Amino acid sequence: MDFFFQLPLWIQGIAKGLAVIAVLFPLAAACSMAERKISAWIQGRPGPNRTVVPWLAWIPIIVPFLQRLGVFQLAADGGKFVFKEDPVPGHVNKLYFIAAPVLAMIPALTTITIVPFGAYLNDVGQLVPIVLANVDIGLLAVLAISSLGVYSVILAGWASNSKYPFLGSIRASAQLISYELSMTLSVLPVFLWVNAPGGQGTLSLFDVVQVQSGQGFHFDSLWLGLWMPVSAFIFLVALFAETNRQPFDMAESEADLVGGFHTEYGAFKWSLFFVAEYAHMIVGSGVFTLLFLGGWNPLPGLPLTTVVHGLQHWISFAGHPLFMGVLGILIFLGKVGFFIFFFMWVRWTLPRFRYDQIMKIGWQKLLPLSIGNLIFYALLIALIQK
Amino acid sequence: MAVIPVSRKPLSFAERTYIPQILGGLKITFKRMLKPAETMEYPEQRPEIPKHYRGVPTLVKDPNGREKCVSCQLCEFVCPPKAIRITPGEIPLDAPTGHVEKAPQAFDIDMLRCIYCGLCQEVCPEEAIFLQNQYSMTGYTRAEMVNHKDRLYELGGTLPDQHHKWDKKKAAEEHGNAH
Repeated sequence: MDFFFQLPLWIQGIAKGLAVIAVLFPLAAACSMAERKISAWIQGRPGPNRTVVPWLAWIPIIVPFLQRLGVFQLAADGGKFVFKEDPVPGHVNKLYFIAAPVLAMIPALTTITIVPFGAYLNDVGQLVPIVLANVDIGLLAVLAISSLGVYSVILAGWASNSKYPFLGSIRASAQLISYELSMTLSVLPVFLWVNAPGGQGTLSLFDVVQVQSGQGFHFDSLWLGLWMPVSAFIFLVALFAETNRQPFDMAESEADLVGGFHTEYGAFKWSLFFVAEYAHMIVGSGVFTLLFLGGWNPLPGLPLTTVVHGLQHWISFAGHPLFMGVLGILIFLGKVGFFIFFFMWVRWTLPRFRYDQIMKIGWQKLLPLSIGNLIFYALLIALIQK
Repeated sequence: MAVIPVSRKPLSFAERTYIPQILGGLKITFKRMLKPAETMEYPEQRPEIPKHYRGVPTLVKDPNGREKCVSCQLCEFVCPPKAIRITPGEIPLDAPTGHVEKAPQAFDIDMLRCIYCGLCQEVCPEEAIFLQNQYSMTGYTRAEMVNHKDRLYELGGTLPDQHHKWDKKKAAEEHGNAH
């Protein structure tokens, strides 16, 4: 650890950046596999289960199990995307056409740096978040950077110079902008609650989890999703819209727009869009978990610190920061994993909303609801915190 | 014609929020996810072929191993897409089944033409051609998709009937008419 912190800052930066790519990229790819498997199970099919690496096939139990799970299919698909021909149609604006998938990846990978995914107690007994950049603007940075994703959609649709991508990108950008409003308004009560008067103002996601780490069933230590359910609901719906997932799948909308904004894309550039979508999903689920589901705390009213203190009586190494860090990350990943599953579960259950329905839900239902929610909690918090 | 006016009820508040419907849908798909898959994993698991399935046309032999086809060419004539081509041949008189007189010299069914209609089976007076339960017919070339006589007998096998029509005929010739 000390060795790492003595390295020059730029090497540290590059190492962290590579770590993000090395973790998030395969994770997003694994999500695409999970999507195929879950869709298969929901539709009563076995799903991809044939691919196997020939020189591993002799290993008993484990390899057949992974093969049935389609794990090798993932590598085959990834390899295919790298090696297949990557056509650039003649009618596109080349610079922007190539820039769009890159632009899709940048915000998707950047937002993860601000999301804390665990915490450990240091020598002094202070809780330290495990995060790449523990900045004070926290959530604001997540919202600001992730909404840059809309540029890649617009750019892809515009540069493709063809009508379906264009329509898809127009719809998607209108949808992203409309739902951003309710999303932002829905998290305001959370930060009203976190920033108690007299304290230091913060937008850090770590501090939001700290508020939810109280012990026992006091209502001010509850997970925020339990005592701000409407906020959580609006945030979740807006999250579906922001990540372009069914039933808010206007960006793709393959029934009426061929493939939406990425109709003209193929091979690796297309897969970058795909990975970006899943990375957005992972980060979005992470932020939702942090804001409303207590982050790395296992149960409401049972913070991670208490669990680790309790475990110390049984297991000797439970007090080690590494143990607590890993435990926290596992709990956090478990919650995120559930939400990713939920995203897929919803996708294979619901049909797509019509475009006018999406606009109606966004502006006429969700936005007034989030404003009412904000006013209600502002008054309530003012009464409680005085 | 009676006209029945159907009143469309306005949606209730709960229905307009979509939420009860969404939850119901999620419940259905989750239940479906826990059930085993409905599909068959084809090359390993094969479907059970129903009894009177019309698969690839084949030629059959009788229990004594005599080829039943006498190259009358009725199937060739009846075949709507003209998939069958028969070159008639003679059986030498001193052969054990010499009294049958004729057998196909060549019997080709072009499976790229065959429409699996079963008219050849229907028309055959000797019960020699049958559409059996083979459904998978593949090849890399057009020539591979033509079933020749040996292949047709290999696919067809033996028909376990007990008519022995030609044996009875021979016996009747040798020992006089039994009637």
